[in-house]
Amino acid sequence: MQTVYTDFLVVGAGLAGERAAVEAAEAGFSVVCLSLVPARRSHSSAAQGGMQASLGNSVMGEGDCPDVHFADTVKGSDWGCDQEVARLFADTAPIEMRRLAHWGVPWNRVVPGKSIYYKGGKQYEKVEAEEKEGLIMARSFGGTAKWRTCYTSDGTGHAVMCTMDNRCAEKGVEVHDKTEAIALLQDGETCFGVVARCLRTGELRVYLSKATMIAAGGFGRIYPNTTNAVICDGGAHTMCVGTGVVPMGNMEAVQFHPTGIVPTDILVTEGCRGDGGTLLDVDEKRFMHIYEPEKAELASRDVVSRWMTHHMREGHGVKSPYGEHLWLDIRHLGAEHITGKLREVYEICTSFLGVDPIHQLIPVRPTHHYSMGGVRTNKDGAAYGLKGLFAAGEAACWDMHGFNRLGGNSLAETVVAGGIIGRKVAEYLEGCETEFKTGLINDEVGRQQARIEALISGANGSENVYKVRAAMQEALHKGANIFRTQEGLEKCVAELQEALIRAKKVGLRSNGKGVNPELAAALKLEGQVKLALMIAYGALMRTESRGSHNREDFPARNDRDWLTRTLAYWKKPEDTLPTLEYEPATTVVEIPPGDRGYGHSQIISADDKKE
Amino acid sequence: MSRLLKLNIFRYNPEDELSMPHMQEFVLEETDSMTLFIALNRIREEQDPSLQFDFCCRAGICGSCGMVINGRPGLACHTKTRDLPGEITLLPLPVFKLVGDLSVDTGTWFREMYTKTESWIHTNKIFDPTALEERMDNKDAVAIYELERCVECGCCIAACGTARLREDFLGAAALNRVARFLIDPRDERTDRDYYEIIGNDMGIFGCMGLLACEDVCPKHLPLQNQLGFLRRKMGITSIKRLFRK
Repeated sequence: MQTVYTDFLVVGAGLAGERAAVEAAEAGFSVVCLSLVPARRSHSSAAQGGMQASLGNSVMGEGDCPDVHFADTVKGSDWGCDQEVARLFADTAPIEMRRLAHWGVPWNRVVPGKSIYYKGGKQYEKVEAEEKEGLIMARSFGGTAKWRTCYTSDGTGHAVMCTMDNRCAEKGVEVHDKTEAIALLQDGETCFGVVARCLRTGELRVYLSKATMIAAGGFGRIYPNTTNAVICDGGAHTMCVGTGVVPMGNMEAVQFHPTGIVPTDILVTEGCRGDGGTLLDVDEKRFMHIYEPEKAELASRDVVSRWMTHHMREGHGVKSPYGEHLWLDIRHLGAEHITGKLREVYEICTSFLGVDPIHQLIPVRPTHHYSMGGVRTNKDGAAYGLKGLFAAGEAACWDMHGFNRLGGNSLAETVVAGGIIGRKVAEYLEGCETEFKTGLINDEVGRQQARIEALISGANGSENVYKVRAAMQEALHKGANIFRTQEGLEKCVAELQEALIRAKKVGLRSNGKGVNPELAAALKLEGQVKLALMIAYGALMRTESRGSHNREDFPARNDRDWLTRTLAYWKKPEDTLPTLEYEPATTVVEIPPGDRGYGHSQIISADDKKE
Repeated sequence: MSRLLKLNIFRYNPEDELSMPHMQEFVLEETDSMTLFIALNRIREEQDPSLQFDFCCRAGICGSCGMVINGRPGLACHTKTRDLPGEITLLPLPVFKLVGDLSVDTGTWFREMYTKTESWIHTNKIFDPTALEERMDNKDAVAIYELERCVECGCCIAACGTARLREDFLGAAALNRVARFLIDPRDERTDRDYYEIIGNDMGIFGCMGLLACEDVCPKHLPLQNQLGFLRRKMGITSIKRLFRK
């Protein structure tokens, strides 16, 4: 068996992982990133919109500063975030955007003079200042007080990913692609690396490291309908859950986006509605204005998603072989607007649907988009529970997003958190001495080999991995979706517990040889069901509505009892439910809880707390 | 009502000593808006769980799913079955090393390319976190981004006559990469530095000008323009080198 030794091992080679890798490599440490796919294919590359940082170069961003960015982020989180972390983020983001420019990102730049922009379907004019010419430009995004989102045309993630991966190549960071980590090497106190499976040969490999980071993105693929790439399946999270000592933070906080296209759940931008597009039901009638007379289609993401789902539940959805959906209508915006301002939407519709949005309706439905929850870390990115284990990016619950994330903040988080935490990792490595216990390594490799053999031989049963996975996805879809109730969540938990029993009895139908995709799916299934249970059970216990977590039976945001972060552990392998613990959402309070100014406004104040 | 699609798929698992390269036929009922992404996943989940293929973003952004579709390299994710005849033949991309079935190793090839072309900004300037960002003309930024849109799917390499003949040919993706840095004002390399990388038969002078790279590029990058631009630049550099010696 091949053993690879490195100072710093990063599971994932997207923006967060590679940014941290660069930081450690520049400090003189050896770094290896593991990736399921070539680094530039990471899901970071799919982000189009941009990165929020309060540079204030655009005329519409005048007066912006980290304080305003911080306030937007805290409100956006529905006061669920760690305010110390949000502050760190808002203060560092401008420096990080400038650093990216220095490294090679072709940010769009300020062009002085008059130009036209649209808001709510209406046309306005703005004049950019001469003295700002050539500085980094910003665009408008939802939930922000200023134009703050730095961008590279409509391919920000892709452009930044290219630059970051270039930087890694320059600094000698090794990326072992087509490699999947399947278990952490740890003794209950310290993490020593991982056991991984080579996706070129199917062989197991051991990676030993002084510091290990989980930067593997989100886990949207445990839902049936998601905008996430197929590699965002929570495999790396399942390793952490499997330790019993590393908790997941706020797993019940799951963001849904109103306009994923049907059937492939690729996102079409909020700009469609921003520019005047409307949502229609099966009778091709508008409905949002009935529920939200003032804002209609332009209400916030969570609000629109909620009403769309409600409307379909009432029997107004369009039936299709892929389930029910609604229509997005942008036909009235005209060919020029659609092929110009909405070029990307036009291309997605024509390339992936065969729908021409100039003349046809676009099938859409609210779809899973982002996981605010993840591996719980402190503000230095160190995971709870294991020394030497870190996490960053969407994989982590560093917790600047709380219960709802603002657009443009996640992509910025990858590089900002990656930089901050990468420096902390370098500090950790500076004084770090480790002993690698061969017995412990052999035991873990043996355990993984035994798992693989049992799956191939069908020793535990003959459940079909794809059917059990579908049962898990369906249970989450029905019970832990945009709307949540006690009854629905109880049913969801019960169904997931059933899926957990079945997941333990999976047997392969194929021979499992080489890079067998069925084996890859089977190895992570049980852990995925446990992640799903953390979402459903956490949501069942949280008897309030906060951000994306919306309980129909508890509509108020309850600061009196729930200004907390959920920590979900899977303490013993034989447990049938996660163990939930709670900690304060934030220990530093710069902005006390108040009204967000959008969405629901029922609040049970923290002041009501009885001594 | 809907068609029954017949998919002929290349099968070979190099890690299984009993596996022999062959074509295997799968039959699948077509549904509305079906793409090859949907079709291949359905085959794997319902008919043969060992089938290997690569998808990642499934939205035409990441470039994972390059394969030869009815004789032409392209991205499977945005290929709709309704644009294809009822019989579909799928083969892995040539040139790249086969991992199994439709999956090939583009990662190793591209990583070697970054090393050869030194695919990063070469500058002696040091970043100052306390200073304002260095200014740049928006036109330059947009021009750089247009070349950086490459998703490294490998279709241009798979379709290239020279790349099929000689392993060490850099190919359109690499030459496009060099052009991206050549026009970037932040990169301090000179034409003579670039000549060291691409001024030979493995680089710009190896291209036969068959134009297939641009024909199959799923992102519609202007690859031939870049080749022409670089060849002129390198031709002039070559002549200057002769006179200086």
